[in-house]
Amino acid sequence: MSVLLNKHSRVIIQGFTGSEGTFHATQMIEYGTKVVGGVTPGKGGQKHLGLPVFNSVSDAVKETAADVSVIFVPPPFAADAIMEAADAGIKLIVAITEGIPVSDMVMVKEYLSSRTARLVGPNCPGVITPGEAKVGIMPGFIHRKGSVGIISRSGTLTYEAVDQVTRLGLGQSTCIGIGGDPIVGTTTLDAVKLMMADADTEAIIVIGEIGGNMEAEAAHWIRDHGKKPVVGFIAGQTAPKGRRMGHAGAIIGGKGDTAAAKMEIMRSCGIHVVESPADIGKTVASLLKKQK
Amino acid sequence: MAFTKLVTGNLIKTEQNMNLHEYQGYQLLSRYNVKTADGGMAATPEDAVAIAAGLKEKSDSEIFVVKAQIHAGGRGKGGGVKVARSVDEVGELAGKILGMQLVTPQTGPEGKKVNRVFVARNVFYKGDSEPREFYMSVLLDRDTGKHVMIYSPDGGMDIEEVAQKSPERIFREIIDPAAGFQPFQSRRIAFNLGLSGNAYKDMLKFAPALYTAFKGSDAQLFEINPVLKTSDDQIMAIDCKVVIDDNALYRHPEIEAMRDLTEEDATETEAGKYNLNFVKLDGNVGCMVNGAGLAMATMDLIKLSGGEPANFLDVGGTASAETVEAGFRIILKDPAVKAILINIFGGIVRCDRVANGVVEACRAYGELPVPVIVRLQGTNAEEARDIINNSSLKVYSASSFADAARMVKEVLT
Repeated sequence: MSVLLNKHSRVIIQGFTGSEGTFHATQMIEYGTKVVGGVTPGKGGQKHLGLPVFNSVSDAVKETAADVSVIFVPPPFAADAIMEAADAGIKLIVAITEGIPVSDMVMVKEYLSSRTARLVGPNCPGVITPGEAKVGIMPGFIHRKGSVGIISRSGTLTYEAVDQVTRLGLGQSTCIGIGGDPIVGTTTLDAVKLMMADADTEAIIVIGEIGGNMEAEAAHWIRDHGKKPVVGFIAGQTAPKGRRMGHAGAIIGGKGDTAAAKMEIMRSCGIHVVESPADIGKTVASLLKKQK
Repeated sequence: MAFTKLVTGNLIKTEQNMNLHEYQGYQLLSRYNVKTADGGMAATPEDAVAIAAGLKEKSDSEIFVVKAQIHAGGRGKGGGVKVARSVDEVGELAGKILGMQLVTPQTGPEGKKVNRVFVARNVFYKGDSEPREFYMSVLLDRDTGKHVMIYSPDGGMDIEEVAQKSPERIFREIIDPAAGFQPFQSRRIAFNLGLSGNAYKDMLKFAPALYTAFKGSDAQLFEINPVLKTSDDQIMAIDCKVVIDDNALYRHPEIEAMRDLTEEDATETEAGKYNLNFVKLDGNVGCMVNGAGLAMATMDLIKLSGGEPANFLDVGGTASAETVEAGFRIILKDPAVKAILINIFGGIVRCDRVANGVVEACRAYGELPVPVIVRLQGTNAEEARDIINNSSLKVYSASSFADAARMVKEVLT
């Protein structure tokens, strides 16, 4: 068992022959991910990294039985790429691309609402089930198979949390980078539900940031339905109101968007909130110890 | 309750996305047949007089409004909006407002220099009915992932205040992404605003046109406060705040051309040239980090260690000698900075390369006036620490996040 991804997942890469696609496809293959091909319109029939290139996602699905796609397509074409993957019957779409126009994502979200595909991202590091498959741009070597599920809106901050967990001799069941944009395919709550239902996950780390309502929504669900310990951190305690902190979604509008407000809600819902990002790993370690 | 949350959670001043001036907003609105205040932009008192003279000929009214064009709200409170009772007075007032350092509740104490004014014909003229002011905006509702039109009969005021005091007076129409803005929604808006007769009919054109303008410009926000119902029952925009989604500017070169660099922070613009994402803050510890989330977390760590972050700086995926040096220069422009913390989690980017970049940047910069703490973790982190430790530079090397915090505390005391 694992969440979203395992060693049997058959992965294709959209934007396969571009520099980003090529580099990360290589890394994914080295990690042991079952990459079965890629898509670059106009280059169908060629071989790249020893794997077949297809003109369309539907061709790729037909020929390789792919069920996961990871998208490295540039922002102007990324929304189209996501919808193409959903149309072709891909089950898990991981969109790495940063900088997709918000109005494009409004359409994508609507398009996906009547389809079965799950989108993770955009503007995210991807999904990894250590020891089985890595679909994204995270450095594989910092991960270790284990029982901590990690959910995060950020890239390098996720790596930081992963690294802390690994250094304490623990490991991760699955890490989901949900992305830093105002509209994401998989919300914090969606990811929490998956982890709560996963037999391999014994504790969950939720790393949020300023802006939006996702952490509060997840916290309320955890209060009512949570069965595993959850550690929470919200980045941006020192961020000023009204300024976007890098991520398009990381901006404090009203009072509910601040790190303090989110941390308070999470605490009141029984989540173990840490003030310092340096304490994420040891807090989850102590909770797991208590359980045993 | 839901309305309050929605409104206060979304009506935001987004400075990193592209803001337009009021007069530029009118240009966009006019393109989509949204009725706006009659008038024009002037950069000199002479131009202002010429615009007023033209308006006088059309309407035979000698009352005008002169409005400072800056990227900040609350202009009236700072003396940036004045009523003139003759064409000559327009020239006088424009002369006073142009070049002034306008301070409003949103500009900060230093204010903003006014380079342009908008001269409008008076729209609060006498007629068969009383003029009324409404609030209307279009933006993204993050909870549903759909666009929403928010409106209220209480226009001309701070909408967050309305949301707090009388949330029942704030309405919203969620727009279906596939079907688009529907006529029944326009009718509901017009009824909720208490409109009848010609004003009702005018609103049935105004509301969908406003949404089309928002959508067509790939905006993040169109906020019209107030929307005016004139005494002769016309509906028009008499103010306009527009924020465009930077990520969509590639398909709107005509809007990109409206960018006013004098309104944007010079240091932040300079940082942008090096692909550095920089936001200035009022603290004493500068920081340079890869990734926005980690950057925010690093700022938080600085605060927990007894310092105050002096900036947000995301160096992105590549931290080369050139970008690190640019980062040093940008951070050290601020004399309040007492220390710099560099925090890089090397995933794809190798720490030893970053370390070499840091060493090179330190040498290129010359004598660094403040201590620098470098924390490199991830790919080739140990090699990186050796490079830093053997560099004979005044640079401290930390291995964990907690170590970095302790070192910040040490150098500050």
